[in-house]
Amino acid sequence: MSAADIDLQAIAAPPLDQPVGSWQTLRRGLALTPEFRIGLPLTLFFAVVATAGRVVVPIAIQQTIDHGLRSGGGVDLALVRRAVTYAALALVATTFAGYLTNARLARSTETGLSALRVRAFRHIHDLSMLHQATERRGTLVSRVTADVDTVSEFMSHGGIHFIVSIAQLLLATMLMLFYSWPLTLLVIGVFLPLGWLLHRIQARLARRYDLVRKRIGEMLGAIAESVVGAPVIRAYAVEGRTAGRVDAAIEAHADAYLQSVRVSSVMFSLGEVFAAIAVAGVVVAGVTLGVGGGLSEGRLIAFLFLVSLFITPVQTATEVLNEAQSAVAGWRRVLDILDVRPDVADPALGGRGRSLPPGPLGIRFEQVGFRYPTGPVVLHEVDLEIAPRRKVAVVGETGSGKTTFAKLLTRLMDPASGRVLLGGVPLNEVAFADLRHRVVLVPQDGMLFDLSIADNVRHGRESLNDAEVTVAFVELGLGDWLETLPAGVSTRVGERGEALSVGERQLVALVRAYVADPDLLVLDEATSAVDPATEVRLQRALERLAEGRTEVTVAHRLSTAELADEVLVFDRGRIVARGTHAELVGVPGVYADLYASWASRSR
Amino acid sequence: MATTGAVDNGVLRRGMRLFALCVRGAPLPFAISVIGASVYAGMTIASAVVFGKVVDRVIVPSFRSGHARAGGLVAAAAAIVAVALVKALGIVARRFYASMMLARVQAEFRRRLTRQFLRLPLSWHQQHSTGELLATANSDIESMFWPINPLPLSIGVVVMLVATIGVLLATDVRLALIGLFIFPAIAVVNWRFNLRVKPRAMRAQVLRGQVSGIAHESFDAALVVKTLGREAAETERFRERSEVLRDEMVAVGRTRAVFDPLIEMLPTLGVLVVLLVGSGRVAAGELAAGDLVKAAYLFTLLAFPVRALGWVLGDLPRAVVGWERVERVLRATGELAHGDVDLPVTADPAALAVRGVGFSYVDLPTLSGVDFDVKAGTTVALVGPTGSGKSTIASLLVRLIEPGTGSIAIDGHDLRELSAGALSRHAAFVPQQAFVFDDTVRGNIALGVPVSDEALRTAARLAQAERFIDALPQGFDTLVGERGTSLSGGQRQRIALARALVRQPRLLVLDDATSSVDPQVEAAILRGLAQSATAMTLVVVAYRRATIALADEIVFVDGGLVRDRGTHEELMIRQSGYADLITAYDKPVEDDLDDEAEAFESEPVG
Repeated sequence: MSAADIDLQAIAAPPLDQPVGSWQTLRRGLALTPEFRIGLPLTLFFAVVATAGRVVVPIAIQQTIDHGLRSGGGVDLALVRRAVTYAALALVATTFAGYLTNARLARSTETGLSALRVRAFRHIHDLSMLHQATERRGTLVSRVTADVDTVSEFMSHGGIHFIVSIAQLLLATMLMLFYSWPLTLLVIGVFLPLGWLLHRIQARLARRYDLVRKRIGEMLGAIAESVVGAPVIRAYAVEGRTAGRVDAAIEAHADAYLQSVRVSSVMFSLGEVFAAIAVAGVVVAGVTLGVGGGLSEGRLIAFLFLVSLFITPVQTATEVLNEAQSAVAGWRRVLDILDVRPDVADPALGGRGRSLPPGPLGIRFEQVGFRYPTGPVVLHEVDLEIAPRRKVAVVGETGSGKTTFAKLLTRLMDPASGRVLLGGVPLNEVAFADLRHRVVLVPQDGMLFDLSIADNVRHGRESLNDAEVTVAFVELGLGDWLETLPAGVSTRVGERGEALSVGERQLVALVRAYVADPDLLVLDEATSAVDPATEVRLQRALERLAEGRTEVTVAHRLSTAELADEVLVFDRGRIVARGTHAELVGVPGVYADLYASWASRSR
Repeated sequence: MATTGAVDNGVLRRGMRLFALCVRGAPLPFAISVIGASVYAGMTIASAVVFGKVVDRVIVPSFRSGHARAGGLVAAAAAIVAVALVKALGIVARRFYASMMLARVQAEFRRRLTRQFLRLPLSWHQQHSTGELLATANSDIESMFWPINPLPLSIGVVVMLVATIGVLLATDVRLALIGLFIFPAIAVVNWRFNLRVKPRAMRAQVLRGQVSGIAHESFDAALVVKTLGREAAETERFRERSEVLRDEMVAVGRTRAVFDPLIEMLPTLGVLVVLLVGSGRVAAGELAAGDLVKAAYLFTLLAFPVRALGWVLGDLPRAVVGWERVERVLRATGELAHGDVDLPVTADPAALAVRGVGFSYVDLPTLSGVDFDVKAGTTVALVGPTGSGKSTIASLLVRLIEPGTGSIAIDGHDLRELSAGALSRHAAFVPQQAFVFDDTVRGNIALGVPVSDEALRTAARLAQAERFIDALPQGFDTLVGERGTSLSGGQRQRIALARALVRQPRLLVLDDATSSVDPQVEAAILRGLAQSATAMTLVVVAYRRATIALADEIVFVDGGLVRDRGTHEELMIRQSGYADLITAYDKPVEDDLDDEAEAFESEPVG
């Protein structure tokens, strides 16, 4: 799988959640992101002031018409000038308040979102291997990227408009009530069915948007095949077939998009129609009322302006509502991952973390069983004692439980039953700060970061300088290998270490483990073929690395088992044999079979 | 980057060419949407005119006379609603057809891009990362067409502006002058805003990519982060980038905070000036009160649509950059040339002749002077250390890439003389990285070729895939790939192998195609191939001794040269490098990848 595949998974985000529970998300989100609330009352105050700017015009018109143009002695220009001056001053003040609102909101939301992002990032690392494994990695990445970005996008585009719209709606309603309550009731009466209608259409539109998103994912997937699968497509001359599949996906996306547009274009035109009905109604009712002396001319005209002030927020709100929904959904997904309690927790967080005794560590398994939440039992009641400084090889068929054993030993997972002790201390009572320095796992393929070799090694011990890193390589007998590299320890290893071969990556991983200076070393032997020179170096480095430490190797080559102090043979979740290679190989059983099949393939 | 500066003439010119391209791509939808936009524009102005008339002819007289004429009121209401209905129709037509235009040209360019991806040779693909190409098909195309959707609207807005100025001129020259100042001012301020905010937004986009990159890398290496206790250090690394992004977003927000209220203020200011000037005109008896209201109303109505002009102009630089990136792919050349020779239809195995072949990968010579023959019906193993050029030779044999020098011939015909598709009818290739399409197992094996169930099963059986396929939820009809059932590496390789075998090729090239398959299973596959009823010539890139043992001849490659050829026994004696290599392979590896639950990394990436 390539990095691009992962990105595609991130793009094909899960469908939108239903708006149900949006308030809950909001409350939970505000509780988990206190940064949002910093200075919020003042920001809201400025928002209200800024919104007030929008009613300046209707008031100025009403004043001009009622008192300026229609005053007793003809046109009162002085009054008009005064009204306009006040209005202009008010306008400057509200514009400034608008600036303050926007700037303050941007700061508080972006600060909050960045903190949320970082918190979620840390939390994902704190989750157990098991939990991390149940989610596709691309999904986890989008929790701290795309999902947070949706909220940020919304806040910087729609969010402010949304808040201002609501304030505007309230303000316009208040002013309308002040001018004429019967006309206000009329306007609200017209808009209620619009609100209902918009709500219905909105739901339908959300479904169509979901479909569009799904189709985008499929389309990009199809296009990706034409790039990622290029060698196969060439070799089998299936260009035509691939093009056909891509075309179909492109067409399906365009269709879905136009379907959503059909709904949205109708939705956006509805407001115009309803606004006109409201204005027409206000003219008829207003004139009728006004003639009876219930309303002045200027107030009626100002009221007509207010109707359009009333309608824009309703339209904006519907437009923004869809974005708001995806923002809330994104936010919820981030909050949801924060809600997952790490099932392999650091006891230090509860203030009860213990330290391991100094020196090489002995291992004890007491009645340890394990099963995956939805799977069969993979380890049955394992009882075991391994003395400090022993070199143990763990062998068995695929699925025998040997890797599970190693995961429990490093507390990447907790047993379902029984307990694991290191140096006599139950593993789940050891503070992570201590555990992760005393027990180090070397994974199969090295797992390097896109940094220099030295920086990668420093992940094992931060305080080392480049010279000390070089010394570490020499101590493990890898000085000659370093010399083959263009820039020595400063050589960059590339994305996931891909500038190095698999074997070389594991060399770096071994040095990284070496500088961490653990007392228990757990090694997952590489399965891929390694060229002879690297192979020799690996063996040499491993021997030196293991000196003076307890070492457990998940062995994929039985040559490793031949050299171990002791071999643990796993079969179907149980330890079925234990002893030296010499003891085991002569006795008919799992180990003898494994060895025979291995020997026949290699000799 | 061209996008950080102001919109210069070049961008504007290219932007206009882009518009022309889109209009030509979907002329009818474009025409309808422009008509819709014009209707919308006309009706917007009409609504102001009606508003003024209603004030002058209905409201003012009624208040003066003290009684309302029912006829006048009904006519006013009808006019207001009628104008709005027509306006709504205009909106629907503009929105829908503008989107249709967008959808058409976007789809067309995506099709063209994919055709080009499929047409360009593998060597071109190797020089471009997958992510880069997908970004072109996705985000570059999107930004290229970003300003297309509001294009009809902005044309409508221009119509609207001209008409407004006309109406204002007819009403009162001084009010028209206010409009002539305010409307362009709104468009200019909005345009400046877009210019100011876009580079920042793009920088934020780059930062988002970096933040995402750290998350990807860090979660990929979750095991190392956990076992070395690096959580806090990783979080710090992530926080640093996240906060740089935050600062950029706050800066974007602050720019927006300056411009948004300003753009909102301008039309309001216009209304106030209209009131001030207009009142004077009313006092002088030059203007009716209704005309004053109409002018004020026009200003409020136009404030929003005028901004559309700014959107189109502001998105232009990004669109042009996107277009250039798309064009770079569309203009790329290097398509493989084909001859017109068709190999005769026969079931006999093919013979290969490789003569003086050299190949350079991006100026780095990887092969030189490679000479060897593969006799019909024999099995040849390519053996050599990592990076020796084995895979390159395998790719050359099936013409995925072309030799820089020398030639390769199948049955005496230079590969370059063969007609398009001819080689793939006779030769099959299985690469190291088994690729599985988002399709059923059946579709993945057949790849569009009509194959009987029997043939399908035979191929699957030979590839040792039949058993696990039958165990899948829907057997051969199970969806696999990106969105289907996930398969292990070994299973993917076996499907890829079945895909090759079902074609009964006369030449089969396997590039370490069984690396993730259990050794026992691999042995069974090789036994099956050897005993297979269909005779074929087999070239394998091999690591395991069992595979090597199967070969009639071994071509030992090192450092891009063929060092030696012969049987295994011969090479063991006379080639120390070969002997060393084989001894290293003697420590075979068992494969745990087939069992996800048992691997430390349950989802291997990269």
